Amino acid sequence: MKKEKLHNTPHYINPYLGGVLLGLLVIITVYITGRGLGASGAIKSAVVTTADAIYPEGARENPYYSRFISDGHSPMYNWLVFESLGIFFGGLLSGIIFGRVKKFRVEHSPKITSKTRLIVALLGGILFGIGSQFGRGCSSGAALSGSATFSLGGVIVMLLLFGTGYAIAWMFKKLWI
Amino acid sequence: MGPLIPNGVITGEWDFVIAILLGIAFGFLLEASGFSSSRNIAGVFYGYNFVVLRVFFTAVIVAMTGLLYFDYFGWIELDKIFILPTYLAPMILGSVIMGFGFLLGGFCPGTSYTAIAIGKLDGILFTVGLFIGIFLFSEAFPLFEDFYYSGFIGNVTLTDVTGIPAGWFAFAFTVIALASFWITMIIEKKVRKNIKEYKF
Repeated sequence: MKKEKLHNTPHYINPYLGGVLLGLLVIITVYITGRGLGASGAIKSAVVTTADAIYPEGARENPYYSRFISDGHSPMYNWLVFESLGIFFGGLLSGIIFGRVKKFRVEHSPKITSKTRLIVALLGGILFGIGSQFGRGCSSGAALSGSATFSLGGVIVMLLLFGTGYAIAWMFKKLWI
Repeated sequence: MGPLIPNGVITGEWDFVIAILLGIAFGFLLEASGFSSSRNIAGVFYGYNFVVLRVFFTAVIVAMTGLLYFDYFGWIELDKIFILPTYLAPMILGSVIMGFGFLLGGFCPGTSYTAIAIGKLDGILFTVGLFIGIFLFSEAFPLFEDFYYSGFIGNVTLTDVTGIPAGWFAFAFTVIALASFWITMIIEKKVRKNIKEYKF
């Protein structure tokens, strides 16, 4: 029984160790590249690429897409796209090492169904996508790397992103506990 | 000497190799810390799991302090690194919208990639949502273009705005972080006693 329980416990690393290593990774990244880590930028590149492929004329007239379209190379040929591929493979590597890679499944609170969880996850993604564009980055690029480099905007995003989460948590309690 | 690429110490052709390697380290740490699970992440808002706060605050204070030491030893020229620009009103709005997305989705973009990697369908839906959200934003962009560029203060740091040396901010963040580690440890213990929905 005890062994079974041990087997079911996910083996996560100590959060403070994880934090120290992540902080060192930010330092190394800034030291090498002169800027921090990111994540939402890769999806933006994918959106721009898709729009440019489907209706190039309209995309080039759009004042947002046109900022990221150049004739020289695809928007996918971008630092953040390669870095985000790395995030996926790094996650996979950790998942394999700690035995968390399994067939596709949905994780949710017992109080909601899988379907509810999937709809809410999609909705959350849509909002996060919109917000990250106004915010000039997400939790990685703005909140973490921005704050670490003492950017005013980065600190604002960090405080308000988490602050909003706390302010509205009571509304969505049923989704989680 | 640093930053290496902007200073030409490492040439541009290594850019994407470095990007993938740094990304792998990033993804590994996110997954190994437990961020491939939305329920672990959301715990920070309900008091049953403060892993996000622990990892995030530790990373910020280590990076802040470390960069100041790198600068002090002359290893990096801080005026050559990228400072995220500040557009006040749009960034405030963006963070609030992201806050809603975070609470509903239980992921942020980076963590959702690692969730996909270990087989979470909700991670896939979140990432698809990101794509749709950025697409909607871009299509509607002409409607709020002026707002998007409003409130521009510059690529400013806390020191630029307040005149207070960066070291003081690093110190203040460290004190706040250490205090929050202690307080949340107590809160977490109490909350976990009364919770049945989440297995630890």
